[in-house]
Amino acid sequence: MARSEQGIEVEGLVRRFKDVVAVAGIDLTISPGEIYGFLGPNGAGKSTTVHMLTTLLPPTAGRATVAGFDVVKQGPKVRASIGAALQEAALDPFLTGREHLRLQSSLHGITGQARKELIARLLDRVGLTQAGDRKVRTYSGGMKRRLDLALALIHDPSILFLDEPTTGLDPQSRTALWDEVGRLARDEGVTVFLTTQYLEEADVLADRVGIIDHGHIVAEGTPARLKAEIGRPTVEVVPELPDELGRLRTLLGRFGVETAARPGAFAVQLNGHGDLPAVIRSLDTENLRAAEINLHQPTLDDVFLAKTGRTLEGSEDG
Amino acid sequence: MWLIARRSVVRTFRQPGVWIPPLTFPLMLMAVNSNGLRAATHLPGFPTRSFLAFFLPFSFLQGALFASGIAGTDLARDIDTGFLNRLALTPVRGAALLLGQIGGAVGLGAIQAVVYLGVGLAAGVHIDSGVPGAFLILVLAVLIATGWGTLGLWIALRTGSGEGVQSQFPLLFFATFISSMNLPRNLIEVKWFRDIATINPVSYMIEGLRSLVLVGWDAQALALGFFFAFALIACSMALATRQLKVRMTRT
Repeated sequence: MARSEQGIEVEGLVRRFKDVVAVAGIDLTISPGEIYGFLGPNGAGKSTTVHMLTTLLPPTAGRATVAGFDVVKQGPKVRASIGAALQEAALDPFLTGREHLRLQSSLHGITGQARKELIARLLDRVGLTQAGDRKVRTYSGGMKRRLDLALALIHDPSILFLDEPTTGLDPQSRTALWDEVGRLARDEGVTVFLTTQYLEEADVLADRVGIIDHGHIVAEGTPARLKAEIGRPTVEVVPELPDELGRLRTLLGRFGVETAARPGAFAVQLNGHGDLPAVIRSLDTENLRAAEINLHQPTLDDVFLAKTGRTLEGSEDG
Repeated sequence: MWLIARRSVVRTFRQPGVWIPPLTFPLMLMAVNSNGLRAATHLPGFPTRSFLAFFLPFSFLQGALFASGIAGTDLARDIDTGFLNRLALTPVRGAALLLGQIGGAVGLGAIQAVVYLGVGLAAGVHIDSGVPGAFLILVLAVLIATGWGTLGLWIALRTGSGEGVQSQFPLLFFATFISSMNLPRNLIEVKWFRDIATINPVSYMIEGLRSLVLVGWDAQALALGFFFAFALIACSMALATRQLKVRMTRT
């Protein structure tokens, strides 16, 4: 399929389930070839948004176009343009990887030699050539996710939806999947809409990030801009002598606002980006010896904290 | 449709725990009942001296009932795992999806019918309608399996869970028992039982099959048997199609 000239446009998208507002009027613009990370805790509205954009769930209100097609009025055209790997690898444990690909490609009208070659190519791309004829129930979580990705790519979609693609995967499988998704966007111009609850994933992979909480987008931008916008570095100092923690508190208090620290340490979020040398000089001047000094750059979790008053990691608000 | 049906058949036959009990349990019941209830053949008006020949058609019904459970449970699992969503994202039509999903149950129903008939013939049952009648028995048995299988799909789409499907199974089983499975309706003395058996479509499906074994070519019994088999398919398909639209809300 030729790459779409259009990405995803969303205006005031709403989805209610009886009295519960899962998505409360979001606006998005995602350019072709962009990797957009949709970050938020469980129950924030990420999957509901994906279901609406992939035509599986009609919106209650608002408008969305995917690859230039309206998700309500042009469902079949949207589906022909997109690939989706939804939450939980939706696979049949009693079929082999190759049988899955055969079924999926045939349902998309790909048959004969073209299908055979496509399946071989996709199995190779996701590293499942050797395991292609094994039943899926023998696959590891990472292998299932890779097969899921291959199935989403079977009809060469211009837009790919990945709903928490690396949840439950080991670090090695996660990195392999990130590499493949990055390659798809970089080399093939595929637009990727990726939901995740992993900060690192959004940070590493996404060109832009939207943070959703309680159905609202609370922040949006490149990871670097979001962090620069609200996050200042945090300095954490462990005094060499534990009874000097009080002196340390007074000293560091001059450079920033107290923030969470490990037991036996004291930390402040610095007032300015260039304050670390001044902190070190002050420690030296006041003869306060430090066992450890750590400088933490702001993370997307800091952004989430600033926007919602809660930390993202471990946040499960249903 | 054929692609989904093929997958349904493949997955069914790759799970021995799914297809062995439906294949063997009706045979065991047939063996037990044909011996234990043999005395019923001495009742005045009982249509045959062989209770095995009388009971054989019920095995097809019972096999079909298992098919219902298999089709329903498989679809419920597809809903639960998100496989139905995967199919919904392809150009496949809803009707093709439903017809394909019962492929495994129909395939199993066909094999069951051949096995039951083969065992019956090996045990000495004589098919009065001959070879064409035996073929028609297989056709009607597959139609009945299709009807029950589709009913299983409706239950799965309605409940969305394997547990939901399993919980309905005893009700369907009960419905097959309050029929003319063990006695001809005219010999059932308990009025309420006879009345329920008379309005129970299962009785007519059994009697359609039974007529081919015991009577030969009984047009009325066959017409009623086929009518209720087709009616079951039509009603179940209508219910399942409607429920699929509720479950699969793609635009």
